[in-house]
Amino acid sequence: MTLDKLGVGKSGRIIAVRGHGRLRHRLLDMGLTPRVIVHMQRKAPMGDPVCIYLRGYELTLRLEDASMIDIEEISV
Amino acid sequence: MIIALAGNQNSGKTTLFNQLTGSNQRVGNFPGVTVDVKEGIYKADKSIKIIDLPGIYSLSPYSPEEILTRDYLIKQRPDGIINIIDGTSLERGLYLSLQLLLLNIPMVIAINMMDEVYANGIVIKTDILSEYLKVPIIPVCANKNEGITDLMQALKDLVDNRCTPPKQDFCTGAVHRTLHATAHILEDHAQRANVPASFAAVKIIEGDEPMMADLALGENEIEMIEHAITEMENELSLDRMAAIADMRYQYIEDVCKKAVTRPKCDKHHDRTIKIDNVLTHKIFGIPIFLGIMLLIFWLTFGVVGSYLSDLLSGAIDSLAAIVSKGLTDFGINPVVESLVIDGVFAGVGSVLSFIPTIIVLFFLLSLLEDSGYMARVAFIMDKLLRKIGLSGKSIVPMLIGFGCTVPAIMATRTLTSDRDKKMTIFLTPFMSCSAKLPIYAVFTMAFFTEHRALVMTAMYLIGILLAILVALISKKFLFKGNPIPFVMELPNYRLPTVKNTFLLLWEKTKDFITRAFTIIFVASIVIWFLNKFDIRFNVVSDSKDSMLAAIGSLIAPVFTPLGFGNWKASTALLTGFMAKEAVVSTLAVLLSTGIEKLSAPLATLFTPISAFSFLLFTLLYTPCVAAVAAVRRELGTKYMFISIVFQTGFAYIVAMVFYQIAMLAG
Repeated sequence: MTLDKLGVGKSGRIIAVRGHGRLRHRLLDMGLTPRVIVHMQRKAPMGDPVCIYLRGYELTLRLEDASMIDIEEISV
Repeated sequence: MIIALAGNQNSGKTTLFNQLTGSNQRVGNFPGVTVDVKEGIYKADKSIKIIDLPGIYSLSPYSPEEILTRDYLIKQRPDGIINIIDGTSLERGLYLSLQLLLLNIPMVIAINMMDEVYANGIVIKTDILSEYLKVPIIPVCANKNEGITDLMQALKDLVDNRCTPPKQDFCTGAVHRTLHATAHILEDHAQRANVPASFAAVKIIEGDEPMMADLALGENEIEMIEHAITEMENELSLDRMAAIADMRYQYIEDVCKKAVTRPKCDKHHDRTIKIDNVLTHKIFGIPIFLGIMLLIFWLTFGVVGSYLSDLLSGAIDSLAAIVSKGLTDFGINPVVESLVIDGVFAGVGSVLSFIPTIIVLFFLLSLLEDSGYMARVAFIMDKLLRKIGLSGKSIVPMLIGFGCTVPAIMATRTLTSDRDKKMTIFLTPFMSCSAKLPIYAVFTMAFFTEHRALVMTAMYLIGILLAILVALISKKFLFKGNPIPFVMELPNYRLPTVKNTFLLLWEKTKDFITRAFTIIFVASIVIWFLNKFDIRFNVVSDSKDSMLAAIGSLIAPVFTPLGFGNWKASTALLTGFMAKEAVVSTLAVLLSTGIEKLSAPLATLFTPISAFSFLLFTLLYTPCVAAVAAVRRELGTKYMFISIVFQTGFAYIVAMVFYQIAMLAG
């Protein structure tokens, strides 16, 4: 599944970050690398963007960009 | 000795910079960049200059901040680097460190927010970290001024002994082999381009285009490197970009496993979650935000700001009266007296009376910014703003625009994307500023007595709707380019520090006063001159004979298609460029009556339709000289002129279309 589909309060492990160029580089730089565990913290009042928790900090990104990230859901 | 400060956003870099330099700082002169770079002198040793580079997460060549930092570090090569890291999100901070370490510049790492680290029960063994990264690691607490002396001493020792970080590998296996092969191939080129080979190699593997251009590699070399990279990609089944990012984070995770112990629960983050459960609530989040903005407005333009503004303008008036009396007693030429009183005092004084408003507004906004709430505003408003091609952060300057365009344009400084900043600055004047309110009030009283509230509300709504329209059009045609990805850290909520807040306020005030005494000073004198003399340079007793009126008559026919081609209206619009309130006061002077009795004489100049057309024009035409000066400060002279021409042209078209259609419809 992709990160945008992860329910609030659920966690997932990143498999791959797709896309290209600046956006992809930015996602990787912010620590969204394969194997890292992310937690879906909340959605913005209008449902988009979302806020995830990884590597000890909160990161916000848009659903459109989150759909570029392949994950597998895990139970913590 | 020149020391550069580098670190993530929200890592406390500005706090550290303020501690190191005190008020001894200024915006550095970096031509051609829209990003602010501050420089200052170290308080304890005047021979050390400190450069505060913009907050970044990586040395990739994408955002203006990253490009600036890279170019500065690679080309200017400071004598030393202080890399500041937020101790509560160590991994992400170290990601930048691993890139900085390859630059071959003496460097220390400052781990900041140690108070929060302790409070959270996180243990960071700096000696172990230091063993791995081979540079001094100093725990500091910038907001409490702890550890700063040790930090500077450690760096000074390194710089004095020219001790650069030893060469080291952060990787094994395929990435390691490719890096070494690449570094070997491009070594000569790197030396010629004056960049460290290992840094160049990593960047080339990442697919970094500017680095490719700098190195000017031959076809043969490119092919060899490409071959090595493809081999690595196949072996790891990861592409080059991901392989490098993965390599760095892998190394950091390994180091952190040995050097850092984290308790299960994170108190600061838990507190942040609790606050966010309210502030970014699904239903209440947006109303709370609007409520906070209303409160800020009320405080700034209502209670505190207007009280202080009135106090200050009262003081300026008394001073003007004293100076006036002094000059008269001295028997000075009345024209010179008029220059001082009606020109300088009136012009500069009216702008100076903005200062309390601006200070209060920026005080409140800096609380929002430093506490971490501004990032949440971007989070909750992003979806709405994205529809018109902006991102969430632009909402704040636009809302401030309803109070005053000047601080609104100054507030675009917090926008990180150049494109968003330009677009926001162009759209903000459409938000009807509070100085236009007297114009609406006088005109609605004269022409729309029965629908006053409706017409006033319409002015505000028309401004907003036209802003959205312009945004949609320019999104399609003008500001196409790729917006910077909206991938942003939401920092934990923190109490703003007093020192940061006051230094910020001091800076804004200084900036504003400088402007008041330069561009606005000159503009006031020019308008005074035009209003005081006729075309034969004789002093006029009645302003209808002045040069200003002559110019007004000259341009009046231009406004005939808009329904108000009389010289009084056009003269009022000219003085409105000084300050929007002046539109009404000029009309009062030209119609020789008081503002409260304007209704009847106005009816001789306008019909209700041409009055509405005039209101549309004043709503949309060029913002006042103070706002225009702010645009120049943010975007430069070229964009200042573009902004003036665009706003005025747009106002002209809208008012004309309205007037012509309304006349046809009868």
